[in-house]
Amino acid sequence: MTTATTEPVLWTRKHLLGLAELTREEIVHVLDTAESFKEVSTRSVKKVPALRGRVVVNMFFEESTRTRMSFELAAQRLSADVIDFAEKMSSTQKGETLVDTARNIEAMGVDIMVLRHPAAGAAHHLAGAVKCCVVNAGDGQHAHPTQGLLDLFTIRERKGRVEGLNVAIVGDIAHSRVARSDLRGLQKLGAKVTLVGPPTLVPKTFETIGARVTSDFDGVLAEMDVINMLRIQKERMTESGFPSVREYVQFFGMNRERLRRCKPDVLIMHPGPVNRGIELAADVADGPNSSILRQVTNGLAVRMAVLFLCQQAAAGTARDEEP
Amino acid sequence: MSSILIRGGRVIDPAQEIDEVADLAIKDGRIAAIGKSAPKSADEVVEAGGLVVAPGLIDMHVHLREPGNEESETIATGTMAAAAGGFTAVACMPNTDPPLDNDSAIEFVLRQAALTAHTRVYPIGALTVGRQGKELAEIGLMVRAGAVAFSDDGAGIADAGVCLRAMRYVSMFDRLFVQHCEDPVLSGRGCMSAGPTATRLGLPAMSPIAEVVMVQRDITLAAQAGVRYHVAHVSTAGTVQRVREARHAGQRVTAEVCPHHLLLTDEACATYDTNFKMNPPLRTQADVDACRAGVADGTIDCLVTDHAPHGRESKEHEFAFAPFGIIGLETALPLFIEALVTTGLVGWPRLIAALSLNPARLLGVTGGSLRVGQPADVTLIDPNVEWTIDAEQMRSKSRNTPFDGRPVRGRAVGTLVAGDWRYRSIHAGSGHAG
Repeated sequence: MTTATTEPVLWTRKHLLGLAELTREEIVHVLDTAESFKEVSTRSVKKVPALRGRVVVNMFFEESTRTRMSFELAAQRLSADVIDFAEKMSSTQKGETLVDTARNIEAMGVDIMVLRHPAAGAAHHLAGAVKCCVVNAGDGQHAHPTQGLLDLFTIRERKGRVEGLNVAIVGDIAHSRVARSDLRGLQKLGAKVTLVGPPTLVPKTFETIGARVTSDFDGVLAEMDVINMLRIQKERMTESGFPSVREYVQFFGMNRERLRRCKPDVLIMHPGPVNRGIELAADVADGPNSSILRQVTNGLAVRMAVLFLCQQAAAGTARDEEP
Repeated sequence: MSSILIRGGRVIDPAQEIDEVADLAIKDGRIAAIGKSAPKSADEVVEAGGLVVAPGLIDMHVHLREPGNEESETIATGTMAAAAGGFTAVACMPNTDPPLDNDSAIEFVLRQAALTAHTRVYPIGALTVGRQGKELAEIGLMVRAGAVAFSDDGAGIADAGVCLRAMRYVSMFDRLFVQHCEDPVLSGRGCMSAGPTATRLGLPAMSPIAEVVMVQRDITLAAQAGVRYHVAHVSTAGTVQRVREARHAGQRVTAEVCPHHLLLTDEACATYDTNFKMNPPLRTQADVDACRAGVADGTIDCLVTDHAPHGRESKEHEFAFAPFGIIGLETALPLFIEALVTTGLVGWPRLIAALSLNPARLLGVTGGSLRVGQPADVTLIDPNVEWTIDAEQMRSKSRNTPFDGRPVRGRAVGTLVAGDWRYRSIHAGSGHAG
């Protein structure tokens, strides 16, 4: 474990709002910290006292299973007290604003707020209104930084590096916060990112932030080291602009036949939950190239690192709070 | 297959900038030679002195009515009419019943064409499911099945959001996006163009701006989407001007026009004859002049028929209740000659280009040229023969033409598809004449 007492402080942020604002060094520091936390999950007693006595509140204004559980477990493994804010039973139903809700919760003595919200920029808005730490667990179509970090972590783990890799992100890029965070993180660490999908789902404007954009999935398969298949939102199909699942699968689905035309060691990723047989064929999802479950496992370590680092920065010292 | 020598005709091939009296040799279904390199004999020799020898004409806007309205036309009868009119290929619109909005429907048309057609048939797929202008049709699967272009022809996509999505989606396959430009709200339930004649006749009218408004909107949308955009059957001066401006600005916008919009005006509706009812409707003389000028200056790239067969029983109704549309495959060539060549607006090479090379390029299909090695799709035209259009002589199943009884000049006299005669009215020389 690196410690802030003997090395220069690499992390001074009490909020994690997105990856766009982080430096390469900061990202690497989170990944390195996560590396040291990974081992905790393998212990028989899966707990360290790093956040003992601290309170983490999960504020989820959108449905989520895995991200919510992952943050909850991460906080518990750091010995924090975790409370849940369930939007359906909350005062927002009675017209309270996000900031008022948050300030009331903060008044009860909260150290870290983990926010999932359908509106882009909600985490920034919250961070400007409260004194505690804010960790963005997904804001609208804008960012999902811990997903971006766990994807980077998984790539680094499997490939030994991120720099110089060719990474494709395939699917509904326009509506995806995962794509945006992955893109930013990958770029910072020196990967070359290609966004793949129909023009209705992959706006050319992504070229202005340094990504290559193409509709020709088959044309770029062979050069990819990593292919990240995004979830297709069937329920949003007509407004997001492709005719049918059947047609989507033909042009943008990852299956055994396409996998055969990839590099033998290509890494197939998916942020979950998978539509089996749509963006990802079942045998590929479960095959040796897939890192889907590994991503979930790594998510825990990454979120422990994020909670720990933000709290540490907020407290201004790391002396007593090593894992 | 054997060899054919077409001797002494005026060979016009805009793709190679050829316009000269020359021999054209065909061997095994392909163009073998032009001019001095052509052999002096062949299995079959056609004396073509006085004839124009052109790359096969392509009509990129045809309604073949199959499946669904086989009583009006079939792929067999429609393409027989096409071959008789000098066309070696037609692109058929998707407003069949059921519409061509999925890959199975496209495959049906291609399979039926392989069994029964007299010309090449290129299906155009629908942009939206059921041509309803709401949800994208399975455009990619239709591309794989063989659709050459996409259109909801008969209706334009009214919703700008859906239209932009459709344009973006089509751009992925680099296929032509063909729009029937008509704003449905502005157009209302009109059955002829708004103007003094409609006022006098008391017929519900559609405003010409219904066309111009959608053209203008689409040009803006198409620039955003980066799609190859094509205006179907231009009928107004306003449309010609908008297309001209877009092209001057460097945008990939193309257009087509029908013979009736180059020759007739709304005044022709005065007798309530439903053979003058089509959509877009006949406009004013100023619009006719503008459409002709559009062809003359190259703003309008392609000449099409919008061949729209309707059986007598459906056309024999009150003007307001009769369906839109007229047939055109067997009359188009002399009418284009009359409107464009006889008037001195364009020369023969330009006429031929607008009827073969340009549609071939826009659709990305074979033909449009007499290059050596290409499939021998060839049309022989007698530019001087005088004849009278007779609806009863049509090969089409339907007779709904406003040009019945019109004296015209010029006619296709031979149509070859891949070196195979699909229509001929000239006597062929026998054997190895030399």
